[in-house]
Amino acid sequence: MSEEIVQLTIDDVEVEVEKGTSILEAALKVGIEIPSLCYLKEINEIGACRVCLVEVEGVKALQASCVYPITQPIKVYTSTERVRKARKRAVELLLSEHDRECTVCIRNLNCELQNVADNLGIRNLRVTGESKNYPIQMDNPFIMRDYNKCISCRRCEAICSKIQEVHVYSAQRRGLNTVIAPAFMRDLGSTNCITCGQCVIACPTASLVEKEAIEDVWAALEDKDKYVVVQTAPSIQVTLGEIFGMETGTIVTGKMVAALRRLGFKKVFPTDLSADLTIMEEAHELIERLQGHGKLPLMSSCCPAWVKFAEHFYPQLLEHLSSCKSPHEMFGALIKTYYAKKEGLDPKKIVSVAVMPCTAKKYEASRPEMGWDGYKDIDYVITTRELGRMIRQAGIHFRNLADEPFDMPFGVSSGAGAIFGATGGVIEAAVRSAYAILNNRNKEMGLIDFEELRGQSGVKEAMVDLGKKKIKVAIAHGTGNARIILDRILNGEHYDYIEIMGCPGGCVGGGGQPILGGRDHKRISLDYRHNRADALYKIDMHSQLRQSHDNPDVRKLYEEFLGEPLGEMSKKLLHTTYTPRGLYFNLLK
Amino acid sequence: MITNIEALNDIRQKAKRQMSLRLDHKQDLQKYDVLVCAGTGCISSESEKVREKLAKVIKEKNLEDRARVLRTGCFGFCKLGPIVVVYPDKTFYCQVSEKDVDKIVEQHLDGGQVVQEILYKSPVDDKIQETMDNITFFEHQRRIALKNCGIIDPEKIEEYIAVDGYFALAKVLNEYKPEEVIEIISASGLRGRGGAGFPTGTKWKFTYSVNSDQKYVVCNADEGDPGAFMDRSILEGDLEVAIEQARKYGLLGKNILGTNFNFDVELRLGAGAFVCGEETALLRSAVGKRGEPRPRPPFPAVSGLWDKPTLVNNVETFANVPKIILNSPEWYAALGTEKSKGTKVFALAGQINNTGLIEVPMGTTLRTIIYDVGGGIPGGKKFKAVQTGGPSGGCIPEQHLDTPIDYESLNSIGSMMGSGGMIVMDESNCMVDIAKFYVEFSQDESCGKCTPCRIGTRRMLELLRKITNGEGALEDLDELVELGQDIKEGSLCGLGQTAPNPVLSTLQYFKDEYIAHVKDKRCPAGVCEKLRRHRVIPEKCIACGLCAKACGVEAVQGEIKKPPYKILDEKCINCGACFEKCPVGAIERG
Repeated sequence: MSEEIVQLTIDDVEVEVEKGTSILEAALKVGIEIPSLCYLKEINEIGACRVCLVEVEGVKALQASCVYPITQPIKVYTSTERVRKARKRAVELLLSEHDRECTVCIRNLNCELQNVADNLGIRNLRVTGESKNYPIQMDNPFIMRDYNKCISCRRCEAICSKIQEVHVYSAQRRGLNTVIAPAFMRDLGSTNCITCGQCVIACPTASLVEKEAIEDVWAALEDKDKYVVVQTAPSIQVTLGEIFGMETGTIVTGKMVAALRRLGFKKVFPTDLSADLTIMEEAHELIERLQGHGKLPLMSSCCPAWVKFAEHFYPQLLEHLSSCKSPHEMFGALIKTYYAKKEGLDPKKIVSVAVMPCTAKKYEASRPEMGWDGYKDIDYVITTRELGRMIRQAGIHFRNLADEPFDMPFGVSSGAGAIFGATGGVIEAAVRSAYAILNNRNKEMGLIDFEELRGQSGVKEAMVDLGKKKIKVAIAHGTGNARIILDRILNGEHYDYIEIMGCPGGCVGGGGQPILGGRDHKRISLDYRHNRADALYKIDMHSQLRQSHDNPDVRKLYEEFLGEPLGEMSKKLLHTTYTPRGLYFNLLK
Repeated sequence: MITNIEALNDIRQKAKRQMSLRLDHKQDLQKYDVLVCAGTGCISSESEKVREKLAKVIKEKNLEDRARVLRTGCFGFCKLGPIVVVYPDKTFYCQVSEKDVDKIVEQHLDGGQVVQEILYKSPVDDKIQETMDNITFFEHQRRIALKNCGIIDPEKIEEYIAVDGYFALAKVLNEYKPEEVIEIISASGLRGRGGAGFPTGTKWKFTYSVNSDQKYVVCNADEGDPGAFMDRSILEGDLEVAIEQARKYGLLGKNILGTNFNFDVELRLGAGAFVCGEETALLRSAVGKRGEPRPRPPFPAVSGLWDKPTLVNNVETFANVPKIILNSPEWYAALGTEKSKGTKVFALAGQINNTGLIEVPMGTTLRTIIYDVGGGIPGGKKFKAVQTGGPSGGCIPEQHLDTPIDYESLNSIGSMMGSGGMIVMDESNCMVDIAKFYVEFSQDESCGKCTPCRIGTRRMLELLRKITNGEGALEDLDELVELGQDIKEGSLCGLGQTAPNPVLSTLQYFKDEYIAHVKDKRCPAGVCEKLRRHRVIPEKCIACGLCAKACGVEAVQGEIKKPPYKILDEKCINCGACFEKCPVGAIERG
């Protein structure tokens, strides 16, 4: 398509746009944000909610601006009496069937419906009537579905189908009884949901929220008998600040550690350390496989949403997955073994909490394989959002906190561990170490920054020179993109090493990350993850340690406890197995 | 295989000779073609049994060389089904049952004498109207789309060819360029018969002008209006049989009629959703997705079936095309009004004598349709309203009965052409109840995609229920209007954009009935159970006591043979049992 330019006027202001641009996007150019609810740029453009209606001169009916393509010079009016009336009615109707107990809602003050209603000046409902009355579905450890708060915007359906290509949600029934739900309205836990939580990020209301573990964590902290340890995933330090009004991409590592101590956690560790550990294991696994032991390509396994995706949709490729547990599970296993022994603690009394950007990690922690001798590797997973809520509940002035360092041991991590939180980061970290290991730690080669592995494009491929060998790597984020690479593999294309992260952008775009206020929400998962990822690369850039194998804590760990990468102890504590799960209808038994 | 127009012509000549009784009305040799209606209405009144028995008795009596029994498409006079027409005289037998068969065979087919007692009697003057040609019901009709119904056996392609079937195709392929065909259709003034009335020629031109390696033509036969069967009747018989026969003759497939024109038809069955009559919902449904409309643009002409340019026309629209090609656009444009040309098929139903399927020229007045074609209101009751356009049309009152119907005039009086439903209501209908019925249908059939339709129509229904339950207030009427207008304004597709019509039009024309419901807590037509009162008319009561016997709550009191009886309001639950039972109409309600 040629980039033809069309001139139009919006509320009598002239503007030029590329042919085919929607009125809603064009209006942003002249500083007008047309309210909308169902619209998610390039993901959900269906004109269903009827909130973004505008008048187009010469066109009889009001038009949904999110889907109206500008192809000729038109005159658009975005705020006439007629338009305001129609918008108000649409939102009033949505509210008329909505559970309007806003004050006790988890999305209170961060709800798009509430925000739109306020912006439109809705102060009473002219007509109310029957509303939905479904029990909240929460028979799974990761996501709760409250149909009574659903506004049928279908953003969950769109992101699950078009971005993740998992297709859990679809519209069922008709009229007011329409629900956007897994088939037969089953609980997400008994579907082929990959637990990524992108639907939670996409949801404008509290119809989809993470299953909170806050109360359990508070109870553990309160229990004098328990020793509560917390670890934070690499990406938390670059997103937590957003909850407290800080710019996206602000690095708040020190404040986060300080806040966690204030909350009463005995020890605060960075998951980044076990990311380094993961790299040690996975880099060796890669080398082994490159040397002919095991299947190529090796596929990363640190994203539990991706792992579940593979188990459902590509069970024939499970042998390719690295057997490494994800970093927080590895850490969990070490805390209740190595650390407990070292500190003389009873592992039974340790409560291990993980702050993750992710709903899938909640699911992962519940997998029966994730434990050892009756111990769970991780007791509770909370999301970035939940940590934010805990800090607010405790009344801590987050922005004013003085920086504090992580606890030792395990407090040291490399920049390679930090970039685990962004797409491409795992491969980059692993390649740094694999290169060094294969070339006898030849750091001077300067092979540290692999720019071609970074960035937000959905599928990245590169040839990486490991000195003795060139390997072909591929990176995908978002499971929809993963399918592209996986299908290429099934069609016989050769790769050596694949990194897949379930969420768009990797963990910085995770399903447990902050949902930024109503007004900006729609662009969050698309634009903000750039800034978040950049912040991680900044941390890496400024790290004294850039390579996982240089981490002295990791070395000590192998010396004192694990022996060697892929050794007996490692295999026992740090590695896992996978289960082919089949597609949806295999689950309907 | 028919590979050229000459071969097609040969088949036509041959089939014509076979059909001479029907086509030329030849009164020779006492031969008969007995046509049994196989339309929807007649099939459900068991015309198939009649047909089978006819065939059996004819065989038994060795009359097979003189009388043939055939199935045919809908005659339209559905109320009087099963219908049997005997050619060449077009003797019109109605409500024929199996027990009439012996008589028809012996008396008529063997003896040449018409069976008087099953002939049609006019409800107006009680006079017998013996043949189709002198029945008033058919008199004002002009059958173009339905032309072959009642003449040919729809499951025999040769009979279709005999009545010029496929000759329009042959003409197009041999004589015209695509642009010329589009020009002919434009010149005819034909407009979409599915409801919206978009000029067909313009749509064709639009689709033609889009560049693509592949395009589709979709015939929209997803007819979901309750009680409507226009398209169904045009399609007749078994579509798969028709397609298969056409394919066998090479009239579908590759190199049709020896030209380089390739075209084939595939049948897709919907899952029974009203909204799938809307073209974008239809297209989704046709590829196996949930039937939901999407915003236009892009129009199907640009992106339709499997995202390819697609021409979507309704069955009736297509049915007019060959006639326009064969006759001339001028011939077609001479029929109808200034802006709406040709004829329109309607399914006439409700409180009307001649329930059935009719086709009249555009511009015929509602009065003509109801009183001449439709034979008026049964039981001498008073006309109240006629609803056109299916469940989302408006209700038109007496004062507009002389409106010549076309797309614009119906819109201007708060209704619409729609696909051709036409339901007549009389004084026994409560207009609030009618509005409630239609909104109930629409909200149930709403696909649930857009907010105003999904939630708004339900809110309207709730308000109407409140009113018919006697809990309404005057403000509710204002809210209904406001909400109705907002739903029309804000909805994504035609379903929501028109769903409030029955409410808005009844509020416009029958507001006093609404007011009676909310203010006086009374249903004037005596339909809304909670708002009706039953009363004995003393002068009419014969004190037979049947009413008291029927009453389950002892609300009717009186003594046999000592009129009048009395109904106690405080006990009466308004179930209507006494009203139904009274043999002399001495109980009134309202």
